[in-house]
Amino acid sequence: MNLSVKHLLGIKDLSPQDIELIFTTADNFKEVINRPIKKVPSLRDTTIANLFFENSTRTKLSFELAEKRLSADVLNFSASGSSVSKGETLIDTVNNILAMKVDMVVMRHPNPGAAILLSKHIDATIINAGDGAHEHPTQALLDAYSIRQKYGEVKGKKVVIVGDILHSRVALSNIFCLQKLGAKVMVCGPTTLIPKYINSLNVKVEHNLKKALEWCDVANMLRIQLERQDIKYFPSLREYTMLYGLDKKLLDSLSKEITVMHPGPINRGVEITSDVADSKQSVILEQVENGVAVRMAVLYLLAANIG
Amino acid sequence: MNQRVILNQQSFEITIARLCHQLIENHNDFTNSAIIGLQPRGILLAKRIHSELSKILGNNTLLFGNLDVTFFRDDFRRRETPLVANATKMDFIIENKNVILVDDVLYTGRTIRAGLDAMLAYGRPKKVELLVLIDRRYNRDLPIQPDYTGKSVDTISSEKVKVLWKETENKDEVILINEKN
Repeated sequence: MNLSVKHLLGIKDLSPQDIELIFTTADNFKEVINRPIKKVPSLRDTTIANLFFENSTRTKLSFELAEKRLSADVLNFSASGSSVSKGETLIDTVNNILAMKVDMVVMRHPNPGAAILLSKHIDATIINAGDGAHEHPTQALLDAYSIRQKYGEVKGKKVVIVGDILHSRVALSNIFCLQKLGAKVMVCGPTTLIPKYINSLNVKVEHNLKKALEWCDVANMLRIQLERQDIKYFPSLREYTMLYGLDKKLLDSLSKEITVMHPGPINRGVEITSDVADSKQSVILEQVENGVAVRMAVLYLLAANIG
Repeated sequence: MNQRVILNQQSFEITIARLCHQLIENHNDFTNSAIIGLQPRGILLAKRIHSELSKILGNNTLLFGNLDVTFFRDDFRRRETPLVANATKMDFIIENKNVILVDDVLYTGRTIRAGLDAMLAYGRPKKVELLVLIDRRYNRDLPIQPDYTGKSVDTISSEKVKVLWKETENKDEVILINEKN
């Protein structure tokens, strides 16, 4: 079995079979990372550059760990403190790194489409680790994988994505991924943070959090991306929390037990309170563990197509 | 394509029984031994050996695991498409144990090499032995030889050895297939 793509630029390019293949491979890697010795030699002849032009903790660490568990050689690059501030273009920077004989590039960039641009100009396998407000494919894969782990399958499940949909690459990738796997998707948030194009995605829209939570099996709570908000989209964080924050009281008032997810980083007390984040219904730390397994699967399957 | 049977139902049974008794000669009651089948086809032989041994010894506590070697193979990226991995199930550590690696057919020895590597994730065994149902002699790429052999056959590379199992193919049999004719 082979993936139908050479790069992982977005979930949009993947077929449901590709996603299924990534999941079954991730099952194997999940077993590997729970062994006494958590390393396999598959990518020992592969060099991977992690290029992070934007801040990241989880994704960067998770990719780096996945690469090391597969025995790849790893190069890390952060834009701060590099020649990017001296005026070098993206393609020049990457070509210089590739001249050092790198096989794969994992890139996070603040501009939407940066990974696609790169894939057209350079000869290496590209994995998009988040490009602006466009896509974050590995996050969506690990979210769907976590739902599959919890419920056995994703098909038919109802998932609501709550919060800053407008600025969220996680939301867009999640919508594509969940729909490809046959889940029903709803978004919930203040009108100003729901993008206009949402109608074209066949997604339900709800502005009342309680109603949305009553409908769903899984709630994916997103962070308010203040760093991407050039204007004010709502009067105050306190008001946002009152209307769209998830606390224990609201969670306990629902007629059924739902699963709470969060892609991180959490702003405790804003979109989700501490007692919810740390509750039994939350799978936030499972998501992080699954992230390593899913990224190992993506790297392994894409590396098989090199050369 | 023509094929001939190299182990029929009856000789298959006798062979398995003989292998079990050979194991008992060296491992006594198996207190410090573990049987590890290599995925995907070796586990059927390992299971059979395990259940026969349990019957003979009247003991159901023999250590038994399935090991997948896909991620340890040396032909990653040298194949048309990547191999799909199978499940590894090892509920024990092999530190200081006598391990019996089990596979159905020994051919180039590369799977066994990968198996030796993969196994080390579960500890440092005291000793490792190799048990195979069919040894295809004169086809080795690596210096690997079995300690227990069901049957040795001389084959050429255009031939294929296939082990059929009651559990999956409704009969116990080993056939030699020549794909050229």
